[in-house]
Amino acid sequence: MALTDRVVTMRPAGELRRIWRPRLTLRSREALAGYVSILPWMLGFVVFSVGPIAFSFVLMFMKWEIITPPQWAGLDNFRRLLADPLVPKSLWNTLFYTVLAVPLNLVAALFAAVMLNVGVKGTNVYRALIYLPSQMPAVASSILWFFIFSPTYGLANGILGWLGIPPQKWLWDTNLVKPSLVLMAIWGLGNAMIIFLAGLQGIPEALYEAAMIDGAGTWRLFIHITLPMLSPSIFFNLTMGIIGSFQVFTNVFMMTSGGPGNASLMLVLYIYRNAFVFFRMGYASLLAWVLFAIVLVVTAIQLRVSRMWVYYEGEVR
Amino acid sequence: MNGSVVAQSRGRGSSLLGGRAARRRVSHLAVHGILLLMVAASSLPLIYMVSTSLKPNGTEYEFPIRWIPQRFAWENYRIAFQSIPTLVFLKNTLIIALVSLVGELLTASLAAYGFARLRFPGRDVLFILMMSTLMLPFFVTMIPLFVLYRTLGWVNTLYPFTVPAFFGGGPVFIFLLRQFYLTLPPELDDAARIDGAGFFRTWWSVLLPLTRPALATVAILSLVHHWNDFTGPLILLNSEDRFTLALGIRLFRDQYRTYFNQTMAYSTMMTAPVITVFFIFQKYFIKGISMTGLTGR
Repeated sequence: MALTDRVVTMRPAGELRRIWRPRLTLRSREALAGYVSILPWMLGFVVFSVGPIAFSFVLMFMKWEIITPPQWAGLDNFRRLLADPLVPKSLWNTLFYTVLAVPLNLVAALFAAVMLNVGVKGTNVYRALIYLPSQMPAVASSILWFFIFSPTYGLANGILGWLGIPPQKWLWDTNLVKPSLVLMAIWGLGNAMIIFLAGLQGIPEALYEAAMIDGAGTWRLFIHITLPMLSPSIFFNLTMGIIGSFQVFTNVFMMTSGGPGNASLMLVLYIYRNAFVFFRMGYASLLAWVLFAIVLVVTAIQLRVSRMWVYYEGEVR
Repeated sequence: MNGSVVAQSRGRGSSLLGGRAARRRVSHLAVHGILLLMVAASSLPLIYMVSTSLKPNGTEYEFPIRWIPQRFAWENYRIAFQSIPTLVFLKNTLIIALVSLVGELLTASLAAYGFARLRFPGRDVLFILMMSTLMLPFFVTMIPLFVLYRTLGWVNTLYPFTVPAFFGGGPVFIFLLRQFYLTLPPELDDAARIDGAGFFRTWWSVLLPLTRPALATVAILSLVHHWNDFTGPLILLNSEDRFTLALGIRLFRDQYRTYFNQTMAYSTMMTAPVITVFFIFQKYFIKGISMTGLTGR
């Protein structure tokens, strides 16, 4: 059989052929085929994930500026971290951005999905046009929004002008720079919207019919059927949204370089600078681990809390 | 919020109450209104981009905004295209996109087949491990990988963007394809096995052709991803002859920052292929995103 041949040719010694063939039961042949099928991924997992994670863990304790040989630094990087005012600053900025961008993005995406799910004429066109911005190359959209937020000639001030609001300085205003980035994040609600839409289409109609016979109104249908049935999608979008927004990089890198006055210095931008501008590989690794720890803790908390509010159909409690 | 209810009641029961049809028409109108507003909000920046890209030099900073240019300055596109080596960037981008596409399709399919169809000890643990790498921040691995690529002499080459694709193609694609394999009836495998096909022949000749729609989804998502990718190239590529388009557009912005119209022309040129691909293959995009998200089923 094709498989046994393949398995056997993997063995180095011809001797093994006679011994192996009869001993392999169907089950172990299946298992072997299974391991072979995921072998490329497993190699990649070791080389591109596990190895680097271990290496970056060691790097936390090293002083290494690429051109000089690495030195053991003990807890120097940790001391530096505690004394570095830009660490709490960038953590605060990232947190502020996440707390605003993720919920607003989700609410807007959910609203758009519910509207699209009505199924009015031309839904496909509406869906495509609302989804489109999320697929735009991040560099291109950063450049576009940089001009949109221009204090002198940009579109944002143009729109404010239609509404009779005086022009703002957007990215050049310490208080407005993060909300400006949030605005841009809401514009890219497409992916979350499509996930919500798929979730909405999976809700059985019978639930609504039964509730309507019982006299439930629109709002109660939404609160008691749509939201609970959609909770897995909400959970997914929330988790991925938080992980993504903690790593916001391209737009701050392209649009503000962390300014003005470090008001938009995000954690990942600071990691990037330390690693690839100042070449402080050890310190940058420590900062990356801080980010990793935050993501892990937040995700773990979400998993715990999700048991209280996420409803999976067919789940036995 | 009216929406979901109206959708559910569509096509039935409108004769129960005389007013319902009329009410439905009104709420549909409201939905159209809301959706039009959302479309306006999402399209306005894009319209602004295209409109600015066509303005003749010297008129691009006019404020209030003039939406239709005095004259359509198509030469902006030619100037933008020629002022930096765009063709070189395009070639590099296409090499990365196409080579890694082959790797991703092959190895992600294979792994998905293993995870979906074959039983082996530790399978579920490995699957969870794979999915948990989704949480791994890019920079945790990027710093050590930079060191690795530097040792291998791969910095400022295209290898870091193509070679890893042949090692599983990433958890998202494996997950997406696995979900698709799970929808295929297991009798197919049994029939193929009875006909004497081994596990890998069953995969290659029987199952793989049936996953064509999912493969198309992976292909499109992957092409768009590589076209748009910025952070990796930013860190690992440093000479212009190796740049991708995403780095090219940044180069253009930095050199010709004051030419707002031509910068927008460059942005439009880079966005147009993505939008075209999206409109042609819309259903694959939607399917891919719906399948990797939890659909509540």
